[in-house]
Amino acid sequence: MSASVTTAAGAQAAFGRRGRGVDRSGRLVERWFRVHTAAVYLFLYLPIFIVILFAFNGTDGRATLWQGFSPKWFGIALNDSLVQTYLKNSFLIAVPNAVLATLFGTMAALGLQRVGRKLRVVFDALTYISVIVPEIVIALSTLVLFATGFDIVFDLTGSRPRFGHATVIAAHVLFNTSLVLLLVRARLSTMDRTHVEASYDLFATPWRTFVQITFPQLLPAIFAGFLLSFTFSFDDYVITTFTTGPGSSTLPLFIFGQIKRGVTPETNAVATMMLVFTLAMLFVGQWVLTRQGRRRGQQTSMAGIVAQQA
Amino acid sequence: MAAAPVGARRFAEGGRGRSALLTGLLILPAGLWYLALLVAPLAIIVVFSFGVRAKNGGYAPAFTFDNYVSALERTEPFVNSLVMAAGGTIGCLLVALPLAYFLATRAGGRKNTLILLLIIPFWTSFLIRTYAWLIILNPDSGVAGWVQALTGNERFAILGSPFAVLIGLVYGYLPLMVFPLYVTLERMDRTLVEASKDLGAGRWATFRQVTLPIALPGLVTGSILVFIPMMGEYVIPAILGYGRYYMMGNALVSSFLEARNWPAGSARAVGLILVMLVTVTFYLWFVNRGRRTREASVL
Repeated sequence: MSASVTTAAGAQAAFGRRGRGVDRSGRLVERWFRVHTAAVYLFLYLPIFIVILFAFNGTDGRATLWQGFSPKWFGIALNDSLVQTYLKNSFLIAVPNAVLATLFGTMAALGLQRVGRKLRVVFDALTYISVIVPEIVIALSTLVLFATGFDIVFDLTGSRPRFGHATVIAAHVLFNTSLVLLLVRARLSTMDRTHVEASYDLFATPWRTFVQITFPQLLPAIFAGFLLSFTFSFDDYVITTFTTGPGSSTLPLFIFGQIKRGVTPETNAVATMMLVFTLAMLFVGQWVLTRQGRRRGQQTSMAGIVAQQA
Repeated sequence: MAAAPVGARRFAEGGRGRSALLTGLLILPAGLWYLALLVAPLAIIVVFSFGVRAKNGGYAPAFTFDNYVSALERTEPFVNSLVMAAGGTIGCLLVALPLAYFLATRAGGRKNTLILLLIIPFWTSFLIRTYAWLIILNPDSGVAGWVQALTGNERFAILGSPFAVLIGLVYGYLPLMVFPLYVTLERMDRTLVEASKDLGAGRWATFRQVTLPIALPGLVTGSILVFIPMMGEYVIPAILGYGRYYMMGNALVSSFLEARNWPAGSARAVGLILVMLVTVTFYLWFVNRGRRTREASVL
C-alpha cells in the first residue's frame, strides 16, 4: 500500500519536470503499438503468401530459388497421378467424417439436454479430455488399439482387418463429434425457449416442434460444425498418418512426404490449392449464414460461432 | 414409469419410457465413439505401460514399473518439451499482450476486421503454415542466407535449431493467446487507467498496477491454451527442427514406431497426460479462486 503511494507521489513530483517529455513518449508508445500490430499481422500472413508466391516459381528444380513467374506447376500437380489419388482419398475421408460427426454431435447435444447431471458431467469430462490430451498421444494410442484389436480379430476369425479409409474416418469422427457437440450445445444454451414452449402450448408434437422451431434455430451451428469438421479432416496430418493404411493416404501426407524429401514448387502448388479450397469453403459458409441470417433478421457469422466457443 | 405430469407437455411427449428411449438413442453413437476411440485407447496405453516389449516388438503382458523408471532416467525429451513450451508461451505472451491491448483499446471501427484476420489463418492447414517457414528461413535465399551474406559466416543456420522450433511454436499458437487476453482487456473499465494517471502514476506504473492485474485471468487462460498443445507438439520439431531437437512428441513416435517398444512409449505417454492433468488442475484451481477470474474461464 505504502509502496504505491510513494510511487504515485514520486511520479507526481516528476510530472512537473517532464511535462512535455511525457507527451512525446506517449506519442512514441502509440506509434510503437501500431508498428507492433502491423508486424504481427505481417508475421501471421507472410508464410501463407510465401507458399502461394513460390507455387508460381518458374524454376525447374529447387523450390527456394526464384526463377520468374509461371503457373506451370499447377498443371504438373493436377496431372500427377499420386496427387489425384491422394485428393480423392482426402474427399473420401473428409466427407463421411463430416456427415457422421455432424450427425452424432448434434444428436448428442440434443440428448444431453434431457439427461441427468451425472451423465452430462461424464460427457463433458470426456469432451475436455479429448481436447486436453495431445493429438499425438491420441493418434498413437488409437494406432495401438487398432493393431491390438486387429490381432485379436485375426486370432478369432483368421482374417485381419486392414488400416484404411475406415480407420482414419473412425479416428477423425471422435475429434469432430466433440467439436460439433460443443458448437450445438453453445447454440442450445443461448436459444430462446419461448418459441418451443409456445409450440407445445399449441399442441404441436415434439417432432413437429423440433422440425419447425428447434432445428431451424440450430441450423447455423450445425452447418458451421459440418464445415469445420470437413476442414479439420481435410487438413489433418497427425491423426491421419498414424491411422492410415496402404492406399488411403491424403493430401497432407503427400505434403509431409515432400517436406521430408525437399519442398518443390509442386508441393507449394498443392498447398496453395488446399489453402484456396479450405478458405473458399469457409467463406461460402459465411456467406450462406449471413444471407440466411438476414432473412431471419438475425446475425450469425462463422467467426462469431467459432469465437463464441473460445 | 412414475406418475405422469399433466398438461400439454405430457400429451406432447408421449410416455416417459419412450422419451428415455429417445434420449438414449440420441447420445448412443457419440457415447460409443467416446468409449471405443477415447476411453479404450487411453486405457490400453495405461495397461501397456506396465508391460514389457515382446520379442518382435509390441507388447507382452507383465506387471513392472521398469518403463516408468527408464522414462524417468531419460528425461531429455521431456525437459526439451518443457523448455520449449515455456519459451513458446513467453514468446506468445510478449507478442500477444501489446496486440491484444491495441485491439481492445485502440482499434476502433477496424476491431472486428482485425479479429477476423486473426482467425483466418487458424482455419487453414497447420502443416502448410509450418512448412512455409522452411522457405522463409532457408540458407539458400531465405533469412539464413541473408545473415550468411551479411556476416560471412557460411555455416549460419536457423532451420534445425531450437530457435526455428520456437518460431514455429509462437507462430502456430499465437491466436490462442490473443483471444483470452483481448476478452479480458476489452471488458476492462477504462476509467481505472485514467484514475491511475490522474493520481500521477506513469505509464509503466499504470500498466503494472492496473492493467496487468486486470489482464491476469486472460493471461493465465491464454498461457494454458498454448502451453498444453506446445508440450505435445510433434509436427513443428519434426519439420523445423529437422527432428534433431527431440521433444516428447518425437520421442513417443520413435518409441512406438521405430523401437516398437510399446510399453516404453505408453509409459511416456501416460507421463505426458499426467503433466497435462496437473496443469489443467492448477488452472481450474486458479479460476475458482475468485468470481472475477471465473468469468474469463475458457475450459
